[in-house]
Amino acid sequence: MKNYDAIIIGAGHNGLTNAAFLAKAGLDVVVLEKNDYIGGATASLELHQDWKYSNCSYVCSLFRPEIYQALDLGRHGLEVVPLQGSVTFKQNGDYLGSYHQPTVWRREVARHSKRDADAAIRFDADLMKWCRLIRGFLLRTPPDPASFKIRDAMEFAYLLKRFYSLSESQIYEFIRFFTMSIAEYLEQYFESDVILAHFSGGSIIGTGLGVYSPGTAYVLLHHAMGDVDGNVGSWGFARGGMGSVSAAIGSAFKSYGGEIRTNAEVQNIVVKGGKAKGVLLASGEQIYAKTVVSNLDAKRTFLSLMDAKDIPADLVKRAENFKIRGSSGKVNIALDGMPEFPALPKGSPLTLGHMHFTDTLERLERAYDDWKDDRWSQDPYVDMVIPTQYDPTMAPPGKHMMSVFVQYCPVEADGGWTDAKRDAFGAAVIDQIADYSPNFKDLILHAEIRTPRELEAEVGLTEGNIFQGELTLDQLMFNRPFPGYAQYRGPVKNMYMCSSSNHPGGGVMGAPGANSAREILLDLGKTDTTPEDFGDD
Amino acid sequence: MTKSHSVVIVGGGHNGLICATYLAKAGHQVQVLEARDSVGGGASTQSFFDGYSTSGLAHVLYGLNAKVCKDLKLNIDDASFTQPANTISLQLDGEHLILGRDDVSASSLSTKDLEAYRAFKKEFRGYAKALQPLMMNTPPRLKDMDKKDKVTLAKLGWSLRFGLGTQSMREFLRVGGINIYDVLNEVFDSPALKGAIAVDAILGQHMGPRTPNTVLTYLQRLWGETQADQSIPVGGMGKVSIMLEKAAIEAGVAIRTGAKVAKILVENGRSQGVVLESGERVDANIVVSNADAKTTFIDMVGAPQLDAMFCHRVNSVRQNGDVAKLHFALDTLPNFTGLSEQQLTQRLIIAPDMRYVEHAFNHSKYGEFSDNPVLEMTIPSLNDASLAPAGHHVMSVSATFAPYHLKDGWQQQSRDAFVQRILETIEHYAPGFSTSLIKLELLTPVDIEDQYNIAGGHWHHGELSIDQSFMMRPVHGAAQYQTPIDGLYLCGAAAHPGGGITGVPGHNAAQRILAMGDI
Repeated sequence: MKNYDAIIIGAGHNGLTNAAFLAKAGLDVVVLEKNDYIGGATASLELHQDWKYSNCSYVCSLFRPEIYQALDLGRHGLEVVPLQGSVTFKQNGDYLGSYHQPTVWRREVARHSKRDADAAIRFDADLMKWCRLIRGFLLRTPPDPASFKIRDAMEFAYLLKRFYSLSESQIYEFIRFFTMSIAEYLEQYFESDVILAHFSGGSIIGTGLGVYSPGTAYVLLHHAMGDVDGNVGSWGFARGGMGSVSAAIGSAFKSYGGEIRTNAEVQNIVVKGGKAKGVLLASGEQIYAKTVVSNLDAKRTFLSLMDAKDIPADLVKRAENFKIRGSSGKVNIALDGMPEFPALPKGSPLTLGHMHFTDTLERLERAYDDWKDDRWSQDPYVDMVIPTQYDPTMAPPGKHMMSVFVQYCPVEADGGWTDAKRDAFGAAVIDQIADYSPNFKDLILHAEIRTPRELEAEVGLTEGNIFQGELTLDQLMFNRPFPGYAQYRGPVKNMYMCSSSNHPGGGVMGAPGANSAREILLDLGKTDTTPEDFGDD
Repeated sequence: MTKSHSVVIVGGGHNGLICATYLAKAGHQVQVLEARDSVGGGASTQSFFDGYSTSGLAHVLYGLNAKVCKDLKLNIDDASFTQPANTISLQLDGEHLILGRDDVSASSLSTKDLEAYRAFKKEFRGYAKALQPLMMNTPPRLKDMDKKDKVTLAKLGWSLRFGLGTQSMREFLRVGGINIYDVLNEVFDSPALKGAIAVDAILGQHMGPRTPNTVLTYLQRLWGETQADQSIPVGGMGKVSIMLEKAAIEAGVAIRTGAKVAKILVENGRSQGVVLESGERVDANIVVSNADAKTTFIDMVGAPQLDAMFCHRVNSVRQNGDVAKLHFALDTLPNFTGLSEQQLTQRLIIAPDMRYVEHAFNHSKYGEFSDNPVLEMTIPSLNDASLAPAGHHVMSVSATFAPYHLKDGWQQQSRDAFVQRILETIEHYAPGFSTSLIKLELLTPVDIEDQYNIAGGHWHHGELSIDQSFMMRPVHGAAQYQTPIDGLYLCGAAAHPGGGITGVPGHNAAQRILAMGDI
C-alpha cells in the first residue's frame, strides 16, 4: 500500500495551489476530487453542446500574481485578458459607463454630476491606498492575539509597522473604511444615485449584507484589490473560461510530479491517537499519508470529514455556528447572437465589461431585504458579462455565452427550493435583462439556473456560499475560520486546512492554498516554496 | 456688557452640569448657559398638558455612572429617587417575558434558554466591564500618543488579555464587530427572548438586529448595567437633573437658563467666549460645549474658522434620530392583558421577535416610519401620583423607527398616521387603550431637534457605530474632548463614550480639561 507524503481533499483552485507548492518542495502528493473534473467552483464545463460555461466564478482578478509567477502559470497555459470597464443602465434610458482611461471616466461621471467627477478621482486614489495596505496581508499567516509565541508577536509588530506607515488621520480613516457601510462611506464622496449604485455593487457580491450594512465597505475592497497585469482593481477573463486557471495550476502540480485522482470522493479523515493518518474514500478504499489537507469549507471539514470524537467539543460548536449562508445565484445563458442594448450608442465598447441594471442604493437595499426574508428579489442586482466577445473558444462562431451573477438568492426560498421556484428565480433575472435588451429573450438557446441549492449539490459549497464562509469581522483575519484555528492547522496533528474558509477568504485568489502550504512546509522542516508578497508596488 | 469667567459651559444638559460641577470643585469659576427655561436637556420632566407631566425625552435610567454618583454624592439607590425596573417584553398570547439583570422568567421559556440567559448576561457584562479603562478615560490617539494615551491602551490591553482570559478574549474579538442577530441565534432558541434582547442593541440607533455593529451598541448598554441597575426615576427624569443642578450650585457653579448661545467667539484660533442670541457677549478662558458636533462646529463656531476636511467630517456625522417620543394623558390605568398593576411600573417593550424588529427597521432605511413599530413604555404616574390628576395617569413611550428625514415630511397627515400605527400596536396588547386617552403629544426627531436643540434629534447626538466611537467620536481631530479650536472642548453625548444618562462624557471631559491646565 502506497503511503503518500500528503493528501489534499478537493481539487478546487486552493487545493491545487496547495498541492503544487508541496510537490514543488519535493513531497509526494495526491489530490482527491469527488467530481470527474478538477477546479471545483473554478471550472469550465460543457453543459450545452459546444458552449463552455465557467460554472461558478466567472472573472479573474484576485488571483495572486506572486503565485502566478512562482508556479509559472503562463507556461502552463493561463492567459488573462483584461476587461474593459463596466456599465450601469438607468431606468430612465440613460447609462453610466466606466472607463479605465481616467479623463474619459471623469467626463462620463461629470455627465451625471459635476461634483461627483471631482470626488471620483479622490475616491479612486483613497481606495487604491487601502488596497495597497490590505494586499500586504494576503500572503501572510494571521497572528494569534491570544498567543505568547515570538512568531505571533513579531507578526503583530510587522502589521503594526505597516499600519504606522499611515498618518494619524489615515489610520482613523482606515478603521472607518473597515467598519462602515458602503452606502454611508460613499455618501461622504458622492451625490448621484447611479454613481453610488455603480460603486456599491462590488461590496455586496457574495455577501449576506446590504449596502447599508456596516462592514460592506471592506467587501468592496475585497473585490477591488486584485489586479490584471499590474493594474490594481481591474478584472479580466481567463481565456477558455475560469477552468483554465484550475487547469494551469493542475498542470504545474503535475509537472512537479503530483498526482490527481478524480471520481475519488473522500468520506472521512482517518484519525488515530490524535493524529491524522489518511483518508477513507466513499468507495471503501483507504489512502494513507503523513499529512492530510482539507480544501473543503470549515463546516464540511469539521462536521462531515471528521468524527466529533476526534476533535474538541467547542470546535464542533464553532463549526455548527460558522456563518456560511449563501446569498448568490448564477444564470449561464447560451445565446444565438449578441443581444442589443438600445441605451448604448452603436458600437459602444461598454458591452465588453460588466453590465449592471440597478441604478439606486434603495433598489440594492430592497433586494437585500428580500433575501433576509428568504425570498429572491423581483428586482435583483446582477453582474453580467459576455466573455465570448473576447474569447471565441467558448461558443460556436457568431454565438455567445453570457454569465449572469445574481445577488441576492436565498439559501432556502420560503421553505425550500423546488425546480419550479428555481425556474421562477431565473425568469425574474431574465426579465430584468430583457427590460434593457428587447431582443435578448429571442436569442436564448439554453439557460442554466443555479441557486445556492445547485451550487451546494454540484460544487460542494455549503449553503452555496461562494466565499466558503461569510466575510464579516467575526470570520476575518485571526478569526477565520475560528479563533485559535486561523493558522491553517487543524485540531489534530498532521491535519491542515487550505480552503477559502481560511484567511484571507474567498475569491479565486490562491492565497489560502499558498499560506497553508507555507505552514505545512514549516512544520515539516522543508524549504519554503511559497512566494513572498511583492510588497508595495 | 462683558463678563468674564474662567469657564463657560454651553448647554445645561446632564453632562454639562456634571462637567461644570467637577470644574467648579477644582476651584474654577464656571458659568452654565442653558437655552431652555430649565436645565436637564434630554433629562427633564415636562408638562405636556394641563396637569399632566412626564419625562420629556429619556425616561428609563440605566448606567448613571457609579464614580460620578460617588464624586457628586448623588444617592441614586434612594427609593424616593428611582425605582428599580425590570423589562417586560409583551407577547400577544399573554406569556410575557420578564427580563432582569441576571435572570429571565416566563412560563414559555425552556430551561436551556433560562440558563443560557444567565450565562450570556454574565459573559457579555464581562466584555463590557473589560472596556472600563477605555470608557472612563480620554480615548487614546493611535499615533503620537502621550503618556496618558499609552497608559490607557496598556490598561485596556491588560484588561482584555488578563481580565477576560484567553477564551473570553477570543470570543470578544470574534463577536465585538458583528450583529446581535447572529449572536442571539447562536445562544437562544426562543424568538421572543431574542427579540427582547435585540431591543437593547438597537434602541436609539438607526440599526436593526441584523446590522453589524449591534453587539457593540449592546455592550455599551450593558456597560451601564455594570454601573447601576435599570430604574425609572420617581417624578420623571427631571429628578436626575434637579439633583445635578443642586450639586452644581453647591459646588459654586452659576447657572443661567433662557440664555441661548448663538456663537462661540474665536480669535486667532482660540475661543474667547460666547455670544448669546440676545447679542450679549460672555467672555471666558475656555468654552465647553455640551451640544452635538454639528451644532457646535457648524452653527456656533462656523466653517470659516475650521479646516475644510474637518468640516467635511463633521457634516458627515450620522446624527439623524430614528426614535419618536409620545406622551399620553390617560383617564384610567391602561389594562395590559396579563399584567398586574405592580408590573405596570416596569419598563414595558413591544418587540415580539427579531424579525418584527428588523421589519420595523426596514422602513426607516427608505424614509418611512415602521408599520409595526418597536415600543418602550413606562407609566411614571404609578411611582409618582403628582404627575397626573387624581386617578389619572401618564404614559411615556419611545417609538422606533421614525426617521428624521421622512419621505413625505412630518406634516400633520404623516403624524396622524404614525400615531394611529402606535395606538393600534398598543391596542393589541392593551385592548381599549385608546378609549382612556385624553390627550397626546408626539415628538418626532424633528420636534426633538427644535425643542432640545439637538441637530437631527438623535438620542445619542450621533450613531454609536464603530466609525463614530472611541477615538473617532464625534470625528477624529475632536475625539479627545479637545477640538481644533484652542480652549474649546466638548462634554456632551457627541463625545466619547456617547449618549444615555450616564454622565461619563461630562466626567471625562472635566478630567481632560483639568489635566490640560489651560483654564
